[in-house]
Amino acid sequence: MNKIGLILQREYLTRVRKKSFLIMTFLGPLLISSVMIIPIWLATREHEEKQKIEVVDDSYLFRDSIPPNKQLNFVYGSFSLDKAQDDFYKTDFTAILYIPSNILTGGGTVKLFYKTLPGLAVEESIKSGIEDMIYNFKLQKNNVDLKTIQNAKTSVNLVTEKIEKNGSTARTSTTTQTAVGFVFGILIYMFIFLYGAQVMRGVIEEKTSRIVEVIISSVKPFQLMMGKILGVALVGLTQFLLWLILTFSIYTAAQTFLFRDIKTEALQKELVKEEVFKKGANLEALKKDKPGKHSLKSYEALSTFESIDFVSIVSCFLFYFLAGYLLYGALFAAVGAAVDSETDVQQFMLPITIPLVLSFVLAQTVVQDPNSSEAFWFSIFPLTSPVIMMVRLPFGVPWQQVALSMALLVLGFLFTTWMASRIYRTGILMYGKKASYRELWKWIFYKG
Amino acid sequence: MELFSASNIVKRYANHTALNEVSIAVRKQSVFGLLGPNGAGKTSLIRIMNQITGPDSGSLLFNGEKLSPKHISQIGYLPEERGLYKKMQVGEHALYLAQLKGMKRTEAIQKLKIWFDKFEIGGWWNKKVEELSKGMQQKVQFIVTVLHEPLLLILDEPFSGFDPINANSVKNELLRLKEAGSTIILSTHDMESVEELCDDIALLNKSKKILEGAVTDIRKTFRSNTYELEFAGTMLGFTNAMGGCAQLLDQQQEGELLKVRIRLIGKASVNDVLESVIRVCQVNGVREIIPTVREIFISKVNE
Repeated sequence: MNKIGLILQREYLTRVRKKSFLIMTFLGPLLISSVMIIPIWLATREHEEKQKIEVVDDSYLFRDSIPPNKQLNFVYGSFSLDKAQDDFYKTDFTAILYIPSNILTGGGTVKLFYKTLPGLAVEESIKSGIEDMIYNFKLQKNNVDLKTIQNAKTSVNLVTEKIEKNGSTARTSTTTQTAVGFVFGILIYMFIFLYGAQVMRGVIEEKTSRIVEVIISSVKPFQLMMGKILGVALVGLTQFLLWLILTFSIYTAAQTFLFRDIKTEALQKELVKEEVFKKGANLEALKKDKPGKHSLKSYEALSTFESIDFVSIVSCFLFYFLAGYLLYGALFAAVGAAVDSETDVQQFMLPITIPLVLSFVLAQTVVQDPNSSEAFWFSIFPLTSPVIMMVRLPFGVPWQQVALSMALLVLGFLFTTWMASRIYRTGILMYGKKASYRELWKWIFYKG
Repeated sequence: MELFSASNIVKRYANHTALNEVSIAVRKQSVFGLLGPNGAGKTSLIRIMNQITGPDSGSLLFNGEKLSPKHISQIGYLPEERGLYKKMQVGEHALYLAQLKGMKRTEAIQKLKIWFDKFEIGGWWNKKVEELSKGMQQKVQFIVTVLHEPLLLILDEPFSGFDPINANSVKNELLRLKEAGSTIILSTHDMESVEELCDDIALLNKSKKILEGAVTDIRKTFRSNTYELEFAGTMLGFTNAMGGCAQLLDQQQEGELLKVRIRLIGKASVNDVLESVIRVCQVNGVREIIPTVREIFISKVNE
């Protein structure tokens, strides 16, 4: 068997057999799918606690008129605030809502007294309920017809559609594209860091355990380095594939067993509600929405999802993942060879981490404007292109740019591999001494 | 007939010269000792022999051919800095290293079993390397070095980490391998084992070769006409009788007996000395003191 093949096999098998690999393989999808499942589960769950709120209304405007809901129930007592407060613990009220007399002029503060903190949603609900009522009340007072106002409000639905050269159109959604691009970009970022570090640790292990000289008397240092980098890449791909399969199966299983009695529409409605909750937006506005609208929205999201060319995106992902990893993997290997123990890596890690972290940070501005010139340049530059190009791809990138970026990435990885192998072959035999950048520079140009 | 030779090897690093015009020749089926103080350039030379690094200039011949990567499978190398992957299983690890040397898997398994039994580590095949004692790890390393029956063995401090018993069995194994046709280059600071094992030696100091030849010849050339005598009698009688034939170097009382070291003067032979002293004392033994390799090493390096 080819020697690189032997090394690759060992690197692959020892890693895949490790307990930590198994744990990560099963824990990863659990974590990912729990991120997907838990919010839905939380949202579809019955709200645990019902609030029974005693209203003390000094303005006499709100009697019997704050809209109650599933969770909130208002009781309008005739007591003064002092009395209500004194008797609070003798009653089963969960809270006292105090509305001051000058609420209309905007000067007064509404107060909610509680036994246990009712939570943000309750606060929002009460606040917006009162606001809506004052709004309506003021309109009425000025003889403005409520219906006219309501009819004047129009909800605009903006859809983006791309026209291809051949005239066909496809509905797109910036949100979906942003999400897809971002997810793939982040995946590449994560994998490069995770598996690049594994390469580095592997090299350091070989140095500190002093196995390296035994091995390079049989194989060339370059073969050892490449075998290791490729072996770890295979581990990464295996883990990625397993994650994909497992996440999908867990998610599907959860969908069939956990949420089977919930209609999809309700599910999606709750999902949207969740989002609104997070943004602290108006709950009442949500309530007024027609339920059918949400399913329409999610249908739109689905159809725009389909408008993204996943085959080419996934193949580009595999390319950028592998080439990007190879480029950085070689650098990580060189760092491993240059140091004597893992505690020394810090000084050499900086030139590797900076472009990686930079591309992560840039990704967030690139999704805002995927066709800007900075987006172009960073998606061409080999050190940042794996992440940035992945972010841009779902928005559609001219094939010439993709080709240029890929070609440069391949050149980049050939260059870093060459450079790393020069550092590597000298570094692995330097025991008990930490190299400086100057020395690394010399190592690159050593002959023989 | 030479199996391996290096001629005029020069190796320079950034700010020092590791090897300066070093040449050695290793006879087939011999044990060749590569000696020298720390930093003399031994490891550099050994790495060049193993094609781990290349020389800046000079040429290397293996079995009459220019040394090239195809010879890797005919060389077994045990480096001074040696280790194993701690988390791997012993058998699997040995197998991996054997395969890297170009052995077939089945052949390697077969031979490994034999060697594991010979070194009494047969039961450790499925254990992890980290569970092995240092001595046992050394055994595994030695085994994988010799397993593919290389023509040339290059061993850097092969006895370090072994207890005397195991060191002896390794020595015996080396002698057996030599009988079977192997050629061995041995780098060590253990001068006793050099005398026991080596046919020829080369001494490196400060990047240069300062001595080379057969151990017996070298020791003979470093003779200094020094003898040790053991006798019963008086010191005064002895020195008077010896007269101008020899010079007394030191003396030592051992029970009834006296032990002295003398150096002959001029053309006098040890027989002349014996003839004179035999009249005044009872001579129990006499032997020539030939310098040990250790003494030669120290005196040459300190020159």
